[in-house]
Amino acid sequence: MKQVDLVIIGGGPAGMAAAVAARENGLEDILIIERDNALGGILRQCIHNGFGLHRFGEELTGPEYAARYETEVEALGIPYLLNTIVTAITPDRVVTAMNSEDGVFSVQAKAIVLAMGCRERSRGALNIPGNRPAGVYSAGAAQKFVNMKGYLPGRKVVILGSGDIGLIMARRMTLEGAEVQAVCEVMPYSGGLQRNIQQCLKDFDIPLYLSHTVTEIHGKERVTGVTVSKVDEQRRPVAGSEMYFACNTLLLSVGLIPENELTKGADIPLDPITGGALVDESRQTATEGIFACGNVLHVHDLVDYVSEEAALAGKAAADYVLAGAAGDSPRRVIAAGAVRYTVPQTIRRTDKDVTVYFRVGSPCTAATVRVTCGDVELLKKKKPKMAPGEMESVTLKADKLIACSGDITVSVEV
Amino acid sequence: MYDVAIIGGGVVGGMLARELSRYQLSVVILEKEYDVAMGASKANSGIVHGGFDAKPDTLKARLNVRGCEMMPTVAAELGVPYRNNGSLVVAQDEESLAAVRELYQRGVENGVPAITVLDEAALRELAPAVKGIAALYAPSAGIVCPYTLTVAAIGNAMDNGVELRRGFGVDRIEKTTDGYVLYAAEDTVETRYVVNAAGVHADDIARLVRDDYFRITPRAGEYILLDKEAGCVVEQTVFGAPSKMGKGILVSPTTHGNLLLGPTATDIENKEDTATTYEGLQKVIGGANRMVEGVPVGKAITSFCGLRSTPDRYDFIIEPSPSNPHFLHLAGIESPGLSSSPAIAEYAVELLGQMGLALTKKTDFNPIRERVDAFRHLSDEEKNEIIRKDSRYGRIVCRCEQVTEGEIVAAIHRNPGATDTDGIKRRTRGGMGRCQGGFCQPVVAEILARELGIPLQQVTKSGGSSYLLTDKTK
Repeated sequence: MKQVDLVIIGGGPAGMAAAVAARENGLEDILIIERDNALGGILRQCIHNGFGLHRFGEELTGPEYAARYETEVEALGIPYLLNTIVTAITPDRVVTAMNSEDGVFSVQAKAIVLAMGCRERSRGALNIPGNRPAGVYSAGAAQKFVNMKGYLPGRKVVILGSGDIGLIMARRMTLEGAEVQAVCEVMPYSGGLQRNIQQCLKDFDIPLYLSHTVTEIHGKERVTGVTVSKVDEQRRPVAGSEMYFACNTLLLSVGLIPENELTKGADIPLDPITGGALVDESRQTATEGIFACGNVLHVHDLVDYVSEEAALAGKAAADYVLAGAAGDSPRRVIAAGAVRYTVPQTIRRTDKDVTVYFRVGSPCTAATVRVTCGDVELLKKKKPKMAPGEMESVTLKADKLIACSGDITVSVEV
Repeated sequence: MYDVAIIGGGVVGGMLARELSRYQLSVVILEKEYDVAMGASKANSGIVHGGFDAKPDTLKARLNVRGCEMMPTVAAELGVPYRNNGSLVVAQDEESLAAVRELYQRGVENGVPAITVLDEAALRELAPAVKGIAALYAPSAGIVCPYTLTVAAIGNAMDNGVELRRGFGVDRIEKTTDGYVLYAAEDTVETRYVVNAAGVHADDIARLVRDDYFRITPRAGEYILLDKEAGCVVEQTVFGAPSKMGKGILVSPTTHGNLLLGPTATDIENKEDTATTYEGLQKVIGGANRMVEGVPVGKAITSFCGLRSTPDRYDFIIEPSPSNPHFLHLAGIESPGLSSSPAIAEYAVELLGQMGLALTKKTDFNPIRERVDAFRHLSDEEKNEIIRKDSRYGRIVCRCEQVTEGEIVAAIHRNPGATDTDGIKRRTRGGMGRCQGGFCQPVVAEILARELGIPLQQVTKSGGSSYLLTDKTK
């Protein structure tokens, strides 16, 4: 079996940033395996701008952002395979993949970085009643048709879900001459970035119906309309609140799911909230030598944070291969109060600062973020406004981490 | 002039076509939709019933038991996934226990092999997730993929010389001296014999030859299909005790490893109305939860609705037309129609023989059809051998179900060829997985356009005007 020091599964922003960081930290023998026909991942179809403000201090489009990393990967001479799909990984780090030239093959890796990204939740997962005509697309599939294939999936559009891709597609379809009649969101708030609500909906006078959902899809062959209903606090449709929109297209932007089938196949424990692996601060999973980063770990709001996280994972993977396992027994990071989850979920090393990312479960104002360890308060800060659509973070100082022992609790109180 | 024209490309018409292709006959299947298996055959429970449900001395009882016995061989010949997983009818109280005991008696009378009533402890032992005080266990029952079975039966029939005409909706029938002329909007077919296997429309077809003595009511059944992660909640097919509207909500693994919940049973009027409803889907969830512990209903990947062909009598209507010679009705094939289908075909051939159809066996009939979705089940060595011959098998298009470009291209070109994305889905499972085509539909559409030599904008989801794309971008 072929031996490789580090196999990175996925050549999107996470995979590329992990590869670059691993090489910069001294690791020579790296292989990126990408299933598509080019590096770049989902950024290739995100032709809008707004990427890279944090990472590069300028506004880039998705393909431009991806190209920055692709150039680095090329310049560093990091090998990659395209059109190659990983079909299985094992806990002892055998990676099985397949492509047209090599057929099915296996590689023994010393370390693996999981960077497979996420997929969109489908109509079926929502059990939307009605017919099953053509014209119902996930926002990402529509984005691929419009931005990469040059085709418009429809002209009269309703969008269900106010996730970022849905918001971006509302604007994109409008610019292409389609009429976006409504964006419906089952929650009382949007799951997307505030800036996208402004720039993609408000600037184009597209109405956003909060606490509304699609309760029936009409049309036998192609969508002819949708029924939209108000929902109560349990998200059940309210009888009598139905509105009918004549349209030929329904786009869904109803959530992203980390694509962890390979991870599950290797029995790597997952966090039921994030849908990604449980990791420590270096983004090592509970299985030694296997790391995870990017949207396969937890869905990020900005790609800049994906790159940042992937660099951590890439460096840690390089350190693991070159210096072996490091770190003490893990301390748990516990989400409390309005905090829905944290990444990482454990902390091993306390000799350096650790940034903990988290999201709140519902919008809050005048909130206090508090990090405690037993009776010791490690950090406290005020936040005027927090929303589930935006990722938050706290950085825990190494000296404070050393000074206490036991589980660490991150809470938001309002 | 054909010897036999079969109206309807569902599992009944398909199985009969295959059976007839054993003989020296010219046979055509007339299907009004743009693909086969478009009615109840694509949207049912996929159960091969043991045969205890039907009243003794009925066609249903006889053909079910015989069909259940034939199915493993037929499925193997056609390369269709079939699993002999057994079935349970669960009693949850004393009243339903009485019903279960009655079913047991019927099963014994119908000749269902090895049928038993399990007490609570035995039930718990066999199926720990099932909530009940007793259950009827039929180890001979199984599951089969109904649309794969239909596609494969018709494909095998076509490989053995049967013709298929799609988009041929019979709207007029004219009697001639030696047979019939069947008219569709823009086409006609002349035939000596006609078989009416038109599913929910069988009574409409019968009325075209003035047989106005039976009615078919479409009975809607809604289903929810769960992710493969949920497939192992139960091993057997689990039914509630039956009522007059059918067998109730069942929880069953599918041959592909998913978990299927449903169906509801609602008599409707519109024979084309396969819309799901909020109430229906809630009923499915409620029914499944009542019977089985820990059904992960949150793992739904799709929901759908099929229309059973419910006749206005207890039994299947399998008989020659009383007033039209050489005209055979295969109507009212509701449950256990799928289970019975191989036996219905066998019996229909016998009836056609009695009606005067000359049955001379061919010497070159080939009963075997290679399995389409077999690639992912092969060993690495076998996969590599195929990829070396055809590199398209090395390219996975549908990542959830691991379907390769090679399989998709094959599904377009082998009988009966797929012409739309739903057709690809039913033949290869491409787009049938947890992302429901979110990633692969654009690629599948491109492959269809390329292989069929049509522009991308002409590609449909399910024939007709179900176009995927409406315009080019600016």
